[in-house]
Amino acid sequence: MAINHLAPEQTEQFADNIVGFARALRAAGMPVGPGAIIDAMSALQVIDIGSRADVFTTLEAIFVKRHEHALIFKQAFNLFFRASEEWKHMLDSVPLPEQAKKKPQAGARRVQEAMSQPRMTETPQHQEQDLRLSVSDREILQKKDFAQMSAAEIAEALRAVERMRLPQAELLTRRQRPDPRGLRLDLRRTLRASLRTGGEIIDIHRLGRIEKPAPIVALLDISGSMSEYTRLFLHFLHAITDARKRVSVFLFGTRLTNVTRALRQRDPDEALASCSAAVEDWAGGTRIATSLHNFNKLWARRVLSQGAIVLLISDGLEREADSKLAFEMDRLHRSCRRLIWLNPLLRFGGFEAKAQGIKMMLPHVDEFRPVHNLSSIQELITTLSRPLPPHHRSLIRSAA
Amino acid sequence: MTSAAHSSGALPASVDAMLELLTSRGYLAERSLATVTYLSLRMGRPLFLEGEAGVGKTEIAKVLSAALGRKLIRLQCYEGLDVSSAVYEWNSAAQMIAIRMAEAAGDTDRDQLSSDIFADRYMIKRPLLQALEPDVAGPPVLLIDELDRADEAFEAYLLEILSDFQVTIPEFGTVKAPSPPIVIITSNRTREIHDALKRRCLYHWVDYPAAERELAIVKSRVPGISAKLSQQVVRFVQALRNQDFYKSPGVAETIDWATALSELDARSLTPQVVGDTLGALLKYQDDITRMQGETLQKVLKDATSEN
Repeated sequence: MAINHLAPEQTEQFADNIVGFARALRAAGMPVGPGAIIDAMSALQVIDIGSRADVFTTLEAIFVKRHEHALIFKQAFNLFFRASEEWKHMLDSVPLPEQAKKKPQAGARRVQEAMSQPRMTETPQHQEQDLRLSVSDREILQKKDFAQMSAAEIAEALRAVERMRLPQAELLTRRQRPDPRGLRLDLRRTLRASLRTGGEIIDIHRLGRIEKPAPIVALLDISGSMSEYTRLFLHFLHAITDARKRVSVFLFGTRLTNVTRALRQRDPDEALASCSAAVEDWAGGTRIATSLHNFNKLWARRVLSQGAIVLLISDGLEREADSKLAFEMDRLHRSCRRLIWLNPLLRFGGFEAKAQGIKMMLPHVDEFRPVHNLSSIQELITTLSRPLPPHHRSLIRSAA
Repeated sequence: MTSAAHSSGALPASVDAMLELLTSRGYLAERSLATVTYLSLRMGRPLFLEGEAGVGKTEIAKVLSAALGRKLIRLQCYEGLDVSSAVYEWNSAAQMIAIRMAEAAGDTDRDQLSSDIFADRYMIKRPLLQALEPDVAGPPVLLIDELDRADEAFEAYLLEILSDFQVTIPEFGTVKAPSPPIVIITSNRTREIHDALKRRCLYHWVDYPAAERELAIVKSRVPGISAKLSQQVVRFVQALRNQDFYKSPGVAETIDWATALSELDARSLTPQVVGDTLGALLKYQDDITRMQGETLQKVLKDATSEN
């Protein structure tokens, strides 16, 4: 039985149901546009709508565009088009939109939670004091440890962090574009130009390879011991996410959360608020090994495969340090282009890698840097914008 | 729905017919996969298949082209894939010779010359352009394999082709397919594909098959394998997928392994034969190391125990 064999009023009812369902999905946080609804209607014209499983697959193929949404879809579908006996009556009983709306609350609830915990929002009264910071104050600020800043200084530091931008261009890609100093001959354009002179080649056009910034993947420790720093780093990561295309950000404490999409929002406060809404283990314990394991297993292949630089921001204070930690660090190190460990503990002059966890992680990083004040972040930016290590560059060149 | 879908009689008329069609060619698909494939044919929409490596995403394009008697055009994606290797390129050497010939013949009409040398016969057609050309057997099957390996710029380029089935060539004009090809796009998810592209497609996540189906696949793809061995193989592989490995074996690996075992004339799984052939199944040294000793004993015991 296809939909176009139904009576007109039944068809209408059916369409209403689909629209209601699409709305419920949207309320659950899935991006379902009007185009998808039209698609769904035309798809349902070619399959047998008597079969619940087929309708499920059909609607899934149209509404779900990311694997992560499959679960939400399944729940929504089961709730909306309830049990199998009622399936027969699907055409005449409009499933209650109220009930359907109740279900998908995941996103809404998190937002509410975020609202009630204003940990990420700034209090406005600092604005006034900020203006009084003179130039020399700023110089001091550059060296000041984040952990010792007053609220006003933090506000100023945040603004400084927001202004930081990573310079572009690092990685030679295999794509080409017109470039007068390029190495390869652009035959097509040369030939076209020659037609203007009756086939005589006067101008030689060349192609050069396009450079693009290497992707950056940041893994930020948000456990209790890092809490004084997290917010500033998030601001920093937001600033670089805003400026570059390929930045992925993960937060970890006892579990790993991908906040890349949340950080994409333009407004830093909104972005940070939705980050905090997404994270369930804020300022809790640390399980670096487990978090790295999850990253390696679920995300590494998806975000590191384009030659990414990994920023691991953590103090490395892991209680359950065992061979697992070293193993996961090694794996992470081998799957990225460069692994930079940023550790706020390095600020202490006589810092020694005594903690077991730090000892295990150290052999697997390319660079170990402090990040505890503005100038260290500035140094980090300089490092990131430096050209790639020479051996790597020559490797790429010789492959040209 | 496009008119093309109606005009071609070869397309299956229902989900069941689709399932049968795939089965007849040795592709034992889940019903959900058959449903989306059927839909994509009927609606003239590209089919976007995502899933782990080796679950049979590419295979479905091959099977479709064979079963429907259509030409299979494959575009393997890689980083740096650009228009000149995916769509078309001018044969510049031949064009230059043509210019010289015209010169030698004293032909000096420039407009004539430029329209002459940007003609069809100096164009080298790459997969995407080939797929837009009419074919006597009906629109071809276009397989865009491992799109996640191409870079974002290429993905953006695909948008025009996938929604309008046309490409614009500056010197030549617009080439539009008389009827849209059957497009299958696969991705191993080494990076996320942009929503804009997925929106134009029907999306389906291809999962590892259930034990029963996998057993049927092994039996059909490895003829001559004993019932006992094939059952043990499938149980073993299914147990491996529950382990926390870096790369779980796909169906392709199961078939490889079953073939290897049957080549070795193995009757049933023993620690010795498993140890020797584990490389057909696991592709990371860490995973193989973890599989030794107790884990191997346990998985093997579960797989070979009679029930």
